[in-house]
Order: sequence, then structure tokens, then C-alpha cells
Amino acid sequence: MFGGWRRLALAIGLPLVLAGSGPAAAQGANISIACGALGVELTLCREAAQRWARQTGNRVSIVNTPNSSSDRFSLYVQLLSSQSADIDVLQIDVVWAGMLASHLADLEEDLGPRVDAMFPALARNNRVKDKLVAVPWYIDAGVLFYRKDLLAKYGFEPPETWDELTGIAAAIQKAEREAGNDRMWGYVFQGKAYEGLTCNVLEWVSSYGGGTFLSSDREITAQNPQARAALSRAASWIGTITPQGVLNYDEEASRGVFQTGNAVFMRNWPYAWALAQGEDSPVKDKVGVIALPHGPEGESAAALGGWQLAVSRYSRHREEAIDLVRYLTSAQVQKERAIRGAYNPTLIALYQDEEVIEANPFFATLYPSFENAVPRPARQAGARYNQVSDAIWRTSYGVLKGDRAPRSALERLTDELDRIAYRARWQ
Amino acid sequence: MSAASPLERSRGRSAWLFLAPMLLVLALVAAWPLGRTIWFSLTNATLVDLSSYDLIGLGNYLAYEDGRWYGIFTDPQWLRALWNTLVFAAVSVSLETVLGVMIALIVNANLPGRGLMRAAMLVPWAIPTVVSAKIWAWMLNDQFGIVNAMLLSAGLVEGPIAWLGGSDLAMASIIAVDVWKTTPFVALLVLAALQTLPREIYEAAKVDGIHPVRVFFQVTLPLIRPALAVAVIFRLLDAMRMFDLVYVMTGSNEETMTLSVFARQALVSFQDVGYGSAASSGLFLIIALITVIYIMALKPLGEGQKA
Repeated sequence: MFGGWRRLALAIGLPLVLAGSGPAAAQGANISIACGALGVELTLCREAAQRWARQTGNRVSIVNTPNSSSDRFSLYVQLLSSQSADIDVLQIDVVWAGMLASHLADLEEDLGPRVDAMFPALARNNRVKDKLVAVPWYIDAGVLFYRKDLLAKYGFEPPETWDELTGIAAAIQKAEREAGNDRMWGYVFQGKAYEGLTCNVLEWVSSYGGGTFLSSDREITAQNPQARAALSRAASWIGTITPQGVLNYDEEASRGVFQTGNAVFMRNWPYAWALAQGEDSPVKDKVGVIALPHGPEGESAAALGGWQLAVSRYSRHREEAIDLVRYLTSAQVQKERAIRGAYNPTLIALYQDEEVIEANPFFATLYPSFENAVPRPARQAGARYNQVSDAIWRTSYGVLKGDRAPRSALERLTDELDRIAYRARWQ
Repeated sequence: MSAASPLERSRGRSAWLFLAPMLLVLALVAAWPLGRTIWFSLTNATLVDLSSYDLIGLGNYLAYEDGRWYGIFTDPQWLRALWNTLVFAAVSVSLETVLGVMIALIVNANLPGRGLMRAAMLVPWAIPTVVSAKIWAWMLNDQFGIVNAMLLSAGLVEGPIAWLGGSDLAMASIIAVDVWKTTPFVALLVLAALQTLPREIYEAAKVDGIHPVRVFFQVTLPLIRPALAVAVIFRLLDAMRMFDLVYVMTGSNEETMTLSVFARQALVSFQDVGYGSAASSGLFLIIALITVIYIMALKPLGEGQKA
């Protein structure tokens, strides 16, 4: 409806512009970009996009999108499946590449070489069926935050395995509570039934050597002893070193508990570092960041996260839109975003940059986590990823809640993945 | 029919002419989307690319392959959603009917301030569902909700209750909000019926000294039954396709998910047009079935009354 009116307006307006001649070409295209609006994100995006517009003689408009990422995904799906040209450049989550691939323009020719200078896991993730669907903008990976002061006070080293973490958390929680700090908890993470729980579960299971539920050739591998052990370990935390309320915690809720000084350990994304080190933070200078622990026979696994920029296939100004993506993902802009907003660059070279490291000393610590991050099974699941992730978080939520034993939860998960595979004709 | 006069035939033609615009609109807004949904439910279409799909017959409903069953009718999540919907519809419509009749009887009595009561009664019905659902979700919040604050300060509970977090409580909360919201609708229809009842019967009953409760069950209830039947069928259909309240208050939580929420999740979140259409068509089938059963069950009652 709206589009129809606009086309009508264009049809009437176009002859007028042509009659005016000359300035029509010089005015350039109007590129609309949908970028995130969490914290400083929107300001950084707008400033950089407007700088590009001034340099190139085009115009940009920022499209407001919902903060909740599942709402944003629904909006994108509705816009793209109706082949709308309302958004030219989209900021997409790392797991959406496969789901939105058919609606996105191929950037291989223009930006392929640049993506090759980024983290390989991200580059692989954004190449869907030999088509480069998006350019990584910033990277995320799950990390373990710990209270340096408390570990030193009770003479512990930072944990390397989940068993060590459990022991240290229980001991410090007990001692602190006896000392009168009765709101102290050992470990907080994201246990709410949503995408964040899928990341946490993947990290536990993968670091126990239990795979990623769906192997790279789409075999369903959910049911195995390591996965059961990992889920049992996680379920044992609830009510002992982790508050019952974790079942409703997202990133911000768990940061709330940790940053007010009421938790020894926290699993979160790197953004929490800058906030925990803020001027008004009660735990300023008392926090350390390390890689997540691992199981008895596995290796530390951090869920790969982050956001990419993609160009809609239905954009009427593809050249200009690609140029905007080129500018926004350039070393110059990524460096600025790293220094001003602590967004982790995707260009590997920037981790050697002195100014970047000076602004964010923990980047050097995080680098290995980024390099070894484990992608969620998004590549294998492709367009079905949301379904797969929903099945993962729903069944493991039952385990954390104590409604199901790990074995029966993984049985249910296998059954649901079977159903998804049947509908997607994966065999 | 063959003996129809030219006048009758021309009247018939003009009747069709007058009906045509309505039939056209109906075909456009009802038949076309319904037909399209049923068509898609027989395909494996996805939102990834709506222009190419294969016909898979009844595979989205029920299919047997490699020794196991697939399709919505064997999907534990869909069956759970069906169960939730039936529980929600049965409990909420029963409560609304009983409460609605009681409220109608009260505001029908000659009480001072009756007009104001009738207006006030309609407020919950007048608020858009999404708005009242959001208001209630905030009031029932376990951290900052006013319901918990009131219960805590009255000393009735020890700690805050997660109304929308736990499974049984969440369903009960949603039913309570629906009852709060739609009881006025039933009350309004019943009140309208009550006002048409002849006074003489009640005066006669009074003269005969019959107990008011007996008067209600033997006089009032049979007389308002047609209006009540309409109110109940409206409510039942509404309850069976319940979406907004559940979606706003608890999202896609499996424990309160209704059939409509399931269909939305399949269609939008999972982009699975075929499966989601099958879920929608299944819901359509169930509602049609319930309506037919309900009307058949009511028919003998109506005839008995006439005889």
C-alpha cells in the first residue's frame, strides 16, 4: 500500500526532477540502513554512515529496529519476504546468515578479499553456498568473568575446568555468606528460555567433547555420554551455586547480579567488561576475564557471536549500499568503534593496533577465545536454525528446571531434530 | 421452480445483484486467504523463497516414513498446544458464562446507580486486548509487579510469586485475565435478554410464593437460553483461536502455547509456511468441528422448547 503511494509520488516527481535536470545525478541515492540501537551503538552507526554520505554525496537514513533480536528478525523476515526495498543495508546476527541468505546480495566480488582478512570462523559463517552474504562488523564470544579480589582472598587460581569452577564457587560462596554477605552466589549465566541459553548449552556440551548437536554433515549427534555429563553438571548448579532465578536471566540480568558484587563467576559476552570497569561500578578493578572452563576430556569452547552488515537483494541502489558496507567495515571505522564503544573488531590486524589495545587491554586476552570460538549449528541448519535452536534451549531448559533428566531431554531433542530434518529433507 | 413468473425471476436476479458485492468481498477477505492457507499446508513452502515449493500431499499433517510418524498430528508440541487451547477454552468460557449471568442479574435488579454500574462493567471489554495484556503482565511481574507488592505487604505470601514463570500458574493467570476481560461481553448479551422477559411471569411466580432460586432455574434460564447460547458460541470461537493475550503475556512459552501461537511461531519465527499453514488449517478444522457439534447439541433443546 505504502510502496504503491510512493511509486505514485515518484512517478509524479520524476518528470519534475528531470525537467530541473543537472542536480538529479549529483544528489545521489538515499540509502537506508537498519543498525542496532543498544547503548552507544546507534550514535556510532549514525555518525559513521553520515560521514560516508558526506564523502560520497549520497544520503543515508537510519531505520529504527526493535532492540529484541527475535523481534528484529521477525521484522526482517516480513520486509524481505515481501521483497520490500525499504531497507538497503541490514545489520544481521551471526546465526541469521543462513536463514536470510536467499534475500541478500552476493558481496564476494566487492568485499571478498576484505573478509579473508577477518576471523576465519566468521568468514566461513557468512559464505553460504559460495555466496558472501554479509561482512562481519564486530565479533563476540562467550567468556568467563571472575572476581580477582575474592579468588586472591581465598587463595584460588582461576578455574580451568567446570569441576574446578564448581568447587571454587561453592567454597567462596560459603565463606562469604558466613562472613555476613548472604546474597553472594557462586556462578551466574544466561538460563532463560531463549537464544542465549542455546549459546550456554553449546559451550557446556562442546567443552565436554559432546559435539554441537548437529554435526557439520547434518547428522544428529545430540545423544551422547559427554552431552549428558555436561547437562548434569549444569543442572547441579541450580539452587546450589546458582540462584533459582537464573532460569529467567538474560545477559543484563546476570550482569546485574555480578556487577553489584553478588557473584564470584559470570558467563557473558565481552561487552560486560567495559561496564564492569565503569566509574560507577562496585566491582571496578576487581574483575578478571578468561576463557570459559572445559570438561574432563574437552577443550574450552566459546560460542561465536557478533553482527554483520548485509545488503538486501531488493535494494534499488545496490552499488551505493555495498559502498556503505565497505566504508563501515573498513579498518578506520572498526578502529573507531573499538576505541569508543569497545566493539571487538573483526579484522585480525586491529588486535595488533596499539591505540586499540591501549583503550581495551583485555582485547589481547580475548583474542584466543575469538579465534577458537565454536559456531552454533547455524551453517548446517541453514534456514532451519531458529527451529533447531528453539529445540535446544527448550529441552535443556527442562533439565535446568529439574523437570527432565538429561537423558530423556536429549531423547526429546533428538526426536525434535529428527522432525526438523524430515521437514527440511536433509537426508 | 419452472413455474416461476417473470416477476419472480427478475426479483431473483436483482437479489443476486444486491448480494454480489458482499459475496465478492467475502470471497476476497475470507475464501481466498483460507484457500491459500489450505493450499500451502499441502506444500513444503518456506519464507526463504515463496515462489518455489513442492506439493507434498498430507505430509505436514500426518506421514509415515522409516518406521516413524511425522506431521503436526504427531508433533508433541502441537498436541501440547491443542491441550492448552482446550483447557483454556473450557475453563475460561465456563467461568465467563457463570460470572456473566450473575453480573447480568445484579445489574438487571432495581438498584441505585444502575446506569453507572452498567458503564463501569464494560471498561475491561473496551480496552484493546494487547494493552490490557501488557498492563496485566506488568502487574503480575515477579520483581516489580503491584500484585506481588500487595500480597507481600498484606503478609499473604512469603516471597514474590513468578505468576507468569511457572507452568500451572501462568495458565491460571492468563485464564484469570481473560475472564476479567470478557465476562462483560457475556453479561451484556444476557442483560439484553433479561430486559425482554415479560414481567407477568415473575409476578405470577411471586404470587405463587416460589423460591427465587427455583424461579431462576425454571423460568429465567430457559428464557434466556438462546441469548446465552449465542454468547457461549462467540466466546468459544474466540477462546479457541486465542492469540494476543497469550503471546503478549508469556510469548512462545511451551507451557502456555495455544494453537494460534504455535502457528505464528512456525510461520514467522521458523519461516516454515507449509507446516505453519497445516497448523492453521488444523485449528480451522477443529473449530469447525466444535461449532458443528455445539449447534447439533443445541438443536434438540430448541425444538423441545417449542413443542
